[in-house]
Amino acid sequence: MSGDPRPVGEDDLHGLIDGRLEPERQALVEAWLAGNPARAAEISADRALRERLRARLAPIAEEAIPARLRVANIRPRHRLVGVGWFPMAAAAVLCLALGGAGGWVGYALHGGPATAMVVEAPATQDAVAAFRTFVVEAVHPVEVRADEKPHLVAWLSKRLGHAVTTPDLTAYGFRLMGGRLLPAGSESAAMLMYDDDRGTRLTLYSRVGDGDGRTLFRFAREGDVAAFSWVDGGMSYVVTGRTDEARLLTVAQAVDAQVRGLAPDRR
Amino acid sequence: MDEIAALIEPQIPALRRYAVALLRDREAADDLVQDTLERALSAWSGRRRDGDLRAWLFTIERNLFLGAVRRRGRRGVDVGAEALDLVPDPGADPEASMGARDVLVGLDTLPEDQRSVLLLVAVEDLSYAEAAQVLGVPLGTVMSRLSRARTRMRSFLETGRTGLLRRVK
Repeated sequence: MSGDPRPVGEDDLHGLIDGRLEPERQALVEAWLAGNPARAAEISADRALRERLRARLAPIAEEAIPARLRVANIRPRHRLVGVGWFPMAAAAVLCLALGGAGGWVGYALHGGPATAMVVEAPATQDAVAAFRTFVVEAVHPVEVRADEKPHLVAWLSKRLGHAVTTPDLTAYGFRLMGGRLLPAGSESAAMLMYDDDRGTRLTLYSRVGDGDGRTLFRFAREGDVAAFSWVDGGMSYVVTGRTDEARLLTVAQAVDAQVRGLAPDRR
Repeated sequence: MDEIAALIEPQIPALRRYAVALLRDREAADDLVQDTLERALSAWSGRRRDGDLRAWLFTIERNLFLGAVRRRGRRGVDVGAEALDLVPDPGADPEASMGARDVLVGLDTLPEDQRSVLLLVAVEDLSYAEAAQVLGVPLGTVMSRLSRARTRMRSFLETGRTGLLRRVK
């Protein structure tokens, strides 16, 4: 069956020039062109132009890329609109300067005083403090264990007054251990703890507040503890761990996707 | 970090190529690529994870380019013929040495929307749907712009005129 009965169109002609037609369609278009020599000459010229353009610009793409364009050497700049995050070299010291939705994250790139997190990042500060307190806990790292997950979810959701979910991080090597309720000013915060086969633990801290907009991820480091935080849908989230930034970021992205319902959390 | 680099860095040669074709100035082109990468890293968590990374990067790059064009009132974009010297290896176009017209000069005479669609489709190998995404227009508009771009380029290469010269050298 020579399937496609549709007449030849401009889109077919571009498809032919750009080599994007199925073989059958291409044969049909070429046959049509055989009966339209004027158009065939144009198409031939267009193909030649395409090749010249590619050949002319090819050397640029074949050059070695300048060092300043290496991702490792790129820094988000303050003039960018929005909130930037970028994991700096391990030596980088945190310098968080959070504003509203249009705020900035600034970094102490090299040197600078070993500042602690500034007070404008209360959720991150609290999350890191809670992490430090409970991650070393051998006997009671969590109040409610993962095997009582329905109870855990219902309890935390009720106390926070906001739906709390338990993202599934098994794809990243982390299993849910359980969670606990924490004080957060006059409100409450939920902390879920996960661990991997090597005993690496990380926490997901969440609480209501900090506006209802959505921010990008903010990166913070305090000593050996790294944290990614963001705000979405009236909740503040902080993923904290003693793991490398790339892995932590992957986890933060997965959590974000799951709490927004963009990815199945396979509860 | 390394993971992000592994995803983004393979796209840098193409981002540079597109930037040079748009700006015709090597230094400015790398500045544009740098801005693109900075923006991409800042927005990394907000990108559509099911979207095409390459198309996303080209979108950022083009939008930054358009922003710069607007800010400079277009003056910074219409570079003089001397900027052609900055494009490396003119010998790569054998016809250039035979006195044939430089395709990049012809490209320069196109309106930006036509220039971009031709570059993205014919040089960067984006699909028509990806080009539509980068340009923020429907697929049908991509095809009609492509038709106009090709018609004008044919005309330029045959006669040295596109009927819409923005600058005459």
